[in-house]
Amino acid sequence: MKIIKEKHSVITRWTHWVNFPILTIMIWSGMLIYWASDTYTFTLFGHTFFHFFPDSFYKFFNIPARLAEGMAFHFLFMWFFTLNGILYFFYTIISGAWRELVPQKNSFKEAWQVLLHDLHIRRTAPPQNKYNAAQRIAYTAIIVMGFGSVITGLAIYKPTQFYWITWMCGGYNFARILHFALTLGYVFFFIIHVLQVVLAGWNNFRSVVSGFEVVEEKPDQMVKDDLNPTVNN
Amino acid sequence: MENHTDKNKKAKEEVAVEQKIKRRNFISFSTFFVLGGAAFGGWKWLYNSPEETAGITAGARKPLRRALNKTELFFRKFYSNNHHVKTYPKAMAAKKVRVNSDIGMDDEGFKPENWTLSVVKSKGDVLKITMDEIKALPKTELIFSFKCVEGWDQIQHWAGVKFSDFIDHFKLNEHAKMDYIGMETPNGEYYVGLESESALHPQTLLAYEMNDQPIAIEHGAPLRLIIPVKYGIKNLKRIGTISFSNKRPKDYWAEQGYDYYSGL
Repeated sequence: MKIIKEKHSVITRWTHWVNFPILTIMIWSGMLIYWASDTYTFTLFGHTFFHFFPDSFYKFFNIPARLAEGMAFHFLFMWFFTLNGILYFFYTIISGAWRELVPQKNSFKEAWQVLLHDLHIRRTAPPQNKYNAAQRIAYTAIIVMGFGSVITGLAIYKPTQFYWITWMCGGYNFARILHFALTLGYVFFFIIHVLQVVLAGWNNFRSVVSGFEVVEEKPDQMVKDDLNPTVNN
Repeated sequence: MENHTDKNKKAKEEVAVEQKIKRRNFISFSTFFVLGGAAFGGWKWLYNSPEETAGITAGARKPLRRALNKTELFFRKFYSNNHHVKTYPKAMAAKKVRVNSDIGMDDEGFKPENWTLSVVKSKGDVLKITMDEIKALPKTELIFSFKCVEGWDQIQHWAGVKFSDFIDHFKLNEHAKMDYIGMETPNGEYYVGLESESALHPQTLLAYEMNDQPIAIEHGAPLRLIIPVKYGIKNLKRIGTISFSNKRPKDYWAEQGYDYYSGL
């Protein structure tokens, strides 16, 4: 028989969906800013493999000559990005939801098994609760990255007033590189994340909107779960 | 018989669960789409919001300008003239100093040796100051990373008189108590407005030397502003006039959509 299994709390869902457009706007406005001094390349042993970014990229995203506009958007939406992150962070700590999120002792070993399983190399996946080991690592990393974006952002934004933050980030230039690299990280995360969500299917996706999954369970298991209602929270 | 009611009960339960699923799906997805639509509408509104009325600032969307000004007020709480910009050893200073702009410096036949600085104390009371008078004041050197709003920076070596020493020497302290200081090029084509506090920062210079040589024309000869607590756009080259005001003086890049304060 079908039963409703609670998965994501309303604050988790809210912060997730609020973050999505905000981060999109931050990346877009960040590109408008980066455009003005687009000096980064991917160079190994003296060979430049890639220049961030080729002209076609700017043409495609309609980016040229919009530095002032980019800064104005970036310095407004940074507030929403940060506040939303703070809300998520404290909620996750206080509610205890972090227990389902942060990597455990075995997570790094198991994440490898999850990866092999997802690539259809390994037949079984390790047992999991709300998140599997790879998810634990990825979702915790993305929170740390969000924190990193705020810190490195402050380091570039006010390098004199917050000189100690700039120092902590390895100086102005390194902070700017980190800030940029984190953005590439988000894009990479996004691609994998969307792919995995598509593969995981409707029931999983719906839970990020509605909060629950529908599972088939036998009545006697239901009784067991009722006796132990905290198992999935 | 008992078996039959059991089955009935179970079927009823299943229907109840189905209904519950449907109801919760409906509520959550309606909420999702309504809020998503509202967010999209909000974005459209912001993106298409009217440009501010041109004045001291111009060229930005009205709500974004408001946000820039509010954000400045927030970060100003952390501003202190005790926070100094990082300095470097002389050897690290760039030999080839980047030139990014020559706005306001295209007057035909400008001769640095004929230049004098005008300090407007009040309407009709203008103090004229020569280069010799400025050079007679204590010289301060600064080797720091000059930061452009575009994103690049360069370690540069400048020397001149501390703006605060200049104010003291010419007894302009009462004037400098006003909220803002304005500076412009002799032809008035490039101009900046600064909060007096930033101008009086101990590392703000009226510079006349770069790499131990008199400043070259393209770097703002004979006297230029070096204000490390601001982006390069505020570091006016070839200062012609300095004035004081409680209202924000006009600012070239603030009229082009940039943050009026552009502080670091």
